Amino acid sequence: MGMTMTQKILAAAAGLDAVEPGQLIEAQLDLVLGNDITSPVAIHEMDRLSDKKVFDKDKIALVMDHFIPNKDIKSAEHCKCVREFACKHEITNYFDVGQMGIEHALLPEQGLTVAGDVIIGADSHTCTYGALGAFSTGVGSTDMAAGMATGKAWFKVPAALKFNLTGKPAKWISGKDIILHIIGMIGVDGALYKSMEFVGDGISYLSMDDRFTIANMAIEAGGKNGIFPVDDRAVAYMKEHSGRAYRIFEADADAEYEEEYTIDLSTLRPTVSFPHLPENAKTIDEIHQEIPEGLAIDQVVIGSCTNGRISDLRIAADILKGRRVKKNLRCIVIPATQAIYLQAMEEGLLKIFIEAGAAVSTPTCGPCLGGYMGVLADKERCVSTTNRNFVGRMGHTGSEVYLASPAVAAASAVTGMISSPEEL
Amino acid sequence: MKAQGRVFKYGDNVDTDVIIPARYLNSSDPAELATHCMEDIDKEFIHQVKKGDMIVANKNFGCGSSREHAPIAIKAAGVSCVIAETFARIFYRNAINIGLPIIECPQAAQDIEDGDEMEIDFDSGMIYDRTKGTEYRGQAFPEFMQKIIRAEGLINYING
Repeated sequence: MGMTMTQKILAAAAGLDAVEPGQLIEAQLDLVLGNDITSPVAIHEMDRLSDKKVFDKDKIALVMDHFIPNKDIKSAEHCKCVREFACKHEITNYFDVGQMGIEHALLPEQGLTVAGDVIIGADSHTCTYGALGAFSTGVGSTDMAAGMATGKAWFKVPAALKFNLTGKPAKWISGKDIILHIIGMIGVDGALYKSMEFVGDGISYLSMDDRFTIANMAIEAGGKNGIFPVDDRAVAYMKEHSGRAYRIFEADADAEYEEEYTIDLSTLRPTVSFPHLPENAKTIDEIHQEIPEGLAIDQVVIGSCTNGRISDLRIAADILKGRRVKKNLRCIVIPATQAIYLQAMEEGLLKIFIEAGAAVSTPTCGPCLGGYMGVLADKERCVSTTNRNFVGRMGHTGSEVYLASPAVAAASAVTGMISSPEEL
Repeated sequence: MKAQGRVFKYGDNVDTDVIIPARYLNSSDPAELATHCMEDIDKEFIHQVKKGDMIVANKNFGCGSSREHAPIAIKAAGVSCVIAETFARIFYRNAINIGLPIIECPQAAQDIEDGDEMEIDFDSGMIYDRTKGTEYRGQAFPEFMQKIIRAEGLINYING
């Protein structure tokens, strides 16, 4: 039986010629990731190990990004714990205030993730690196601890779903619209325990940033990982950002998929996921039909590991240029890394945001998970380029989060209603 | 090993944000996390739960964030077992890795109601609803996972 991209990577990392869905394997890890929320728990677990040494100080990444710059005393204690651990073990890839960025934007940018890698991260959006043709998946803190100590992790080889993307997306249609459409189609557990493999000629129209966004949200369909084939654009990205050798794995012609879906990207419309699940996806046209009077909002967030990259900021700036954020609406823009922040400054994007009346922040996950930097009050509504709209995700349990692309978020910031840029 | 207790029943897609809201993730102390367990889906839970009680839910329990704080909070609140139709995969790993027993059993998850008195025999995988007089066989763990559970978590398993 043929193997999928994911199965081939896992077989190679386990030192096996072939694997099949359901098989339990132990794989060598190329990178183990943790952040300021999950690492302290992992460090505590590592302290219980008889052998407390890390397997490879160069293959661990510790990124302080969720509640940092420290939002309160307890968060400061957490960061201090990780900082001390990083110093003690001489962790090469420790990123603190001033160098840090949101982990899943930062690691590819730093060249730490390349095609063929097997990566675990104690953060559910670790699946992002599939955009580069890596196998990467989210785990918890104990798996992270075991990974840091042994350089290995156990996996159940996943079955796969194939998403054949065809056609060219229209203007304003981004990776976010594509993945929200897919989650709306298959549901938040539609890919439970499985790989989501994206193929097809439509991929050639997608920037790397679009692909990162799509792979990033595989977890929101319950997926174990999301993965793209490695094309010239992916190779160019890796060569620009990394000196590491990459390995390209291609699916066999007779690889087995539990389901195959074809999505004509040219037919997609700006898409928004309504509270309180990412699967509640509606096109902008459906929204206008269902709510003709419009849906007024209180806040817009443009940022996160899903949509805080430079092309996201360029799209938002393109829309906000010469316009104003609606009165009494808060618009918060968060570049995902220091490099993106700097580039946005050099390109004049930050000036556009500030002149439009938006707040621009240092990189942080902050508001995405209701941490800080934009927590919502009861009955407030936020259009957000983040990845989850669960009950209470961004603050009060009575608040509402509407997931959207940077284009829809920026347009909505101008009108004060959920809007498409076509309407401006 | 057996467990006995009362059921707290929930629906589909109980996410880790409602199990332990991120505003409390500035702590990693199990006892402190337990005081906020299930707060955003059921404010009464923590006042009513007793040692040994069980959580039963429908599809995709534990979806969303990878925070291990979620199974840690459930375990520290005294819950002896979580039964669901299906679990989100990261939650599933985390629960095993910290030694919180979880059982996938669609029929039991559909039938059992809030407040039912239950008994679970982990050795045989049998689930007994004493209120209804029904019984179910839960899915057995592969041997590899049984070893981790017997060691009461992955770290003890690695320590041998």
